[in-house]
Amino acid sequence: MTKGVAHSTAEPMGLSRWLLRGHSAVVYAFFYAPIFVLAFYSFNSSQIVGKWSGFSLRWYGDFLENENIQESIWISVKVCIASTLISVVLGTLAALSIERFRWWGQKAFDAVLYLPIIIPDVTMAVMMMVFFGEAAELFNAIPGVDLTQGVEKLVLSHVAFNISFVSVVVRARLANLDATMEEAAADLYANGWQTFRHVTLPLIMPGVLGGALLAITLSLDDVVVSSFVSAVGATPVSVYVFGMLRKGVSPLINAVSVVILAASMALVVASLVLERVTSSQKGK
Amino acid sequence: MRKWIRLLALFGAFSLIAVVTGCGSDEESSAFKLCAEGETDGNLNFYNWSEYMDPDLIAAFQDQHGVSVTEDFYPSNEEMHGKIGVGNSGYDLIVPSDYMVSILISDELIQPIQAAAVPNQANIAERFGDPPYDPGAIYTAAYQWGTTGVGVDTGVTGEDVPHTWGLLFDSGLAEQYGLSGKISLLDDPRETVGAALKYLGYSLNSTSADELAEAEAVIANAVSRIAAFDSDQYSELIVMGETVVGHGYSGNFLWDFEEGDSTYDYFVPDEGGTIWVDNMAVLADAPHPCTAFAFMNFLLDAENGAQLTNYNWYASPNAASEPHIDQEVLDNPIIYPTDMSKLEFIEDTGDFEINYTDALSRARS
Amino acid sequence: MTVAATPGLEYQAERARSRRGFLLGLPAVIYLLVFFVIPLGIVVAYSFATRTRTGRTELTDWNIDAYGRLGESVVRAVAFRSLWIAAVSTIICLVLAYPLAYFISTRRPVTRNLLLVGVMIPFWSNFLIRTYAWRVLLDSDGIFTQVVSGLGLGDGRILFTSKAVILGLVYGYLPFMVLPLYASIERIDWSLVEGARDLYASGWTAFRRVVWPLSRPGVVAGSILVFVPSFGAYVTPAILGGNKKGLMGSYIVDQFMDARNGPLGASLSVVVLAVMLVGTLVYFRQGGRNL
Repeated sequence: MTKGVAHSTAEPMGLSRWLLRGHSAVVYAFFYAPIFVLAFYSFNSSQIVGKWSGFSLRWYGDFLENENIQESIWISVKVCIASTLISVVLGTLAALSIERFRWWGQKAFDAVLYLPIIIPDVTMAVMMMVFFGEAAELFNAIPGVDLTQGVEKLVLSHVAFNISFVSVVVRARLANLDATMEEAAADLYANGWQTFRHVTLPLIMPGVLGGALLAITLSLDDVVVSSFVSAVGATPVSVYVFGMLRKGVSPLINAVSVVILAASMALVVASLVLERVTSSQKGK
Repeated sequence: MRKWIRLLALFGAFSLIAVVTGCGSDEESSAFKLCAEGETDGNLNFYNWSEYMDPDLIAAFQDQHGVSVTEDFYPSNEEMHGKIGVGNSGYDLIVPSDYMVSILISDELIQPIQAAAVPNQANIAERFGDPPYDPGAIYTAAYQWGTTGVGVDTGVTGEDVPHTWGLLFDSGLAEQYGLSGKISLLDDPRETVGAALKYLGYSLNSTSADELAEAEAVIANAVSRIAAFDSDQYSELIVMGETVVGHGYSGNFLWDFEEGDSTYDYFVPDEGGTIWVDNMAVLADAPHPCTAFAFMNFLLDAENGAQLTNYNWYASPNAASEPHIDQEVLDNPIIYPTDMSKLEFIEDTGDFEINYTDALSRARS
Repeated sequence: MTVAATPGLEYQAERARSRRGFLLGLPAVIYLLVFFVIPLGIVVAYSFATRTRTGRTELTDWNIDAYGRLGESVVRAVAFRSLWIAAVSTIICLVLAYPLAYFISTRRPVTRNLLLVGVMIPFWSNFLIRTYAWRVLLDSDGIFTQVVSGLGLGDGRILFTSKAVILGLVYGYLPFMVLPLYASIERIDWSLVEGARDLYASGWTAFRRVVWPLSRPGVVAGSILVFVPSFGAYVTPAILGGNKKGLMGSYIVDQFMDARNGPLGASLSVVVLAVMLVGTLVYFRQGGRNL
């Protein structure tokens, strides 16, 4: 809300300014160090990841030939998009409902909302697996639904934990955020949706974006829950890789990761460029 | 308030139905659909260990029978068991290991092999025709087999290392060969506690609390010299020089030792070790049992069985395949050990099973 | 509000508002009820059930034996070690993430988003392969080992120790700390800080009196998001710590998988959930005010 002015006063002066910058650079180096290692060894000619024995593109060739892996990447992308969209909507609404309103049963809901974050991975995995197993006939009785195939179970499970993560991040944003603006807007427009669309949403957007990023990451990275609930022929790439480990860590997995990383970076850059273009057009 | 009551009712109804259908599915009909040789009834859903099947064989089967094969992978018997155990998994054919087979049989999760549909079962070697985990091989047909033993970087230790589990557990030997902090053990209760039991001269299926306590003490004593409990990368760790000896499965060592600069050896210690067999089995609730039996029969064919072994370098249980297997594979003592007398299967020990997990947990707590 | 003149009207407005709040939350309530609470009921039921000889969990002979086993010394040792490791990881994450989140919040909006996405992108590769990459960095002739030893910071060979586990956890969960911190720092009204600076003259005091209190919700949310998964982690301890010291996550996995002991795994989970939930709620209520 204080865009533009913010950074001038907020950034500390003198030495601490450079300490802050140095620190951030080191942390980014920390984030990317293993990424460079895994990218480096994706060009290794040997199948042993930590032992360099010459440059080769053989693992990328393997990747192009391996339809199973490509299929599993698409599965992951589908699950990731669907579960992120659903959980961002549900999670943001839940956060608003808890932070902005008082209703009967709210405390209980608040507690339940934390459970998916707290629960150990494997417990969640086992319980979703048993749940889908027991309820399969019930769900399959619904016309057009067949849980033994497709990505539905994955999406449903990912949403179940992502709702909570999204709502925690959005709530961190909402907490103590002054409600007067929203109230003023409500008085003016007298329409809940307009207030939300024009006042609340822009205010909480950084929280929503953060929650979405978290949801994407959790969905792409989840191995444990996914491996227990994936249906026939719908193995996400994280689970596929987990299975491959039995034959050791092959640079093929590194190559896969590099491809995924490169694709996501390209997407991010493209969206930033797009945003720039549209916002500069709006400006003029 | 009314909303809440309705919601509660919905919740109640849902959980009730879940419970009821859950109970209902237990009374499985025992009559399985009969299949003829080569008969197919839809596309196959195959649930297998990863990197264990030659894609060319799958392609050949698809061409021959005009069905498509979906292959999914699991990293452990336990995970596979978890998934198919709740029912409605949608899979037709699985490849469980020995001890898991007996569990699946007693839980009625797999169905008997229909001899009429799988005539090639006759190709299986006598040794695997009547395994302890599936007497008479009624439910399963052996897929591949191997051993669990010790891999060593003989470039570090010298060629003359004694073939004993003591390399993993004995402090004297660790000092003599400079192994301290350079040892990896499998992260698997039955294999690791089993290795300690063998080291002590007991059966690896021991159900004696005293013997188990001794084995636990052996592992607890060794923990300070161990680099890692690792079931995935034990062979890479040796090749990368992080460890010198590792506990693991025969085939993996073979693949990775080819890449290393040093000289390596793999052996099953003289005290004896594990022989494991992975087996094909058709699920009791398989949606396409006939295709599954057709595929089983296809893989038990002499030439196809040989192609599988030439692909994944695990030993073939198929006697008829032997003439077609590459000589270098047959001659490799890591794949086909010369002395089979001291090898033991891991068997399910029922209620005692949890004691193995507890022993390993306590040893490293 | 002066609009509501009579208590009846005020009460009605209050009720309408409350209903709207409930309706907003309703989709998530229903979703979590069906796809989380009911499945969780299965876990609770399992914890009172019986393990069959073959390792299935049978919903008969209800008993509390599994809870009885939680008093064993192994469980206590595992629980305390996990708490310790999770606490250390959380504190390190906070120390690393706070300045970073602050730095990001003070950039221009476009740079901000870029930096934020930059934090997340490494985590869109594969979790396992990232952790294995750390193994390469940490092994005896790995870059990390050489840099640490080269700088004279002591023995850099930390692979297969608790230090490596903590490093792995910090790496894995740092973004979970950065995101909520960023979300709460970014919305701070910097004119307050400016005012404070005029008052106190010292930037540090201004930070302590104004910025830190305002960012507390982020600190609280972030530490929960780091602490809880660190407590239950089992892949990182296995890969980087060599699984030599039992931790809660692996202990639960061992029960569910290796021992196929559903009741014990479930009872452990229930207790962990209950303790963590109480801790989280207390922490959140407290944390909002006096951290």
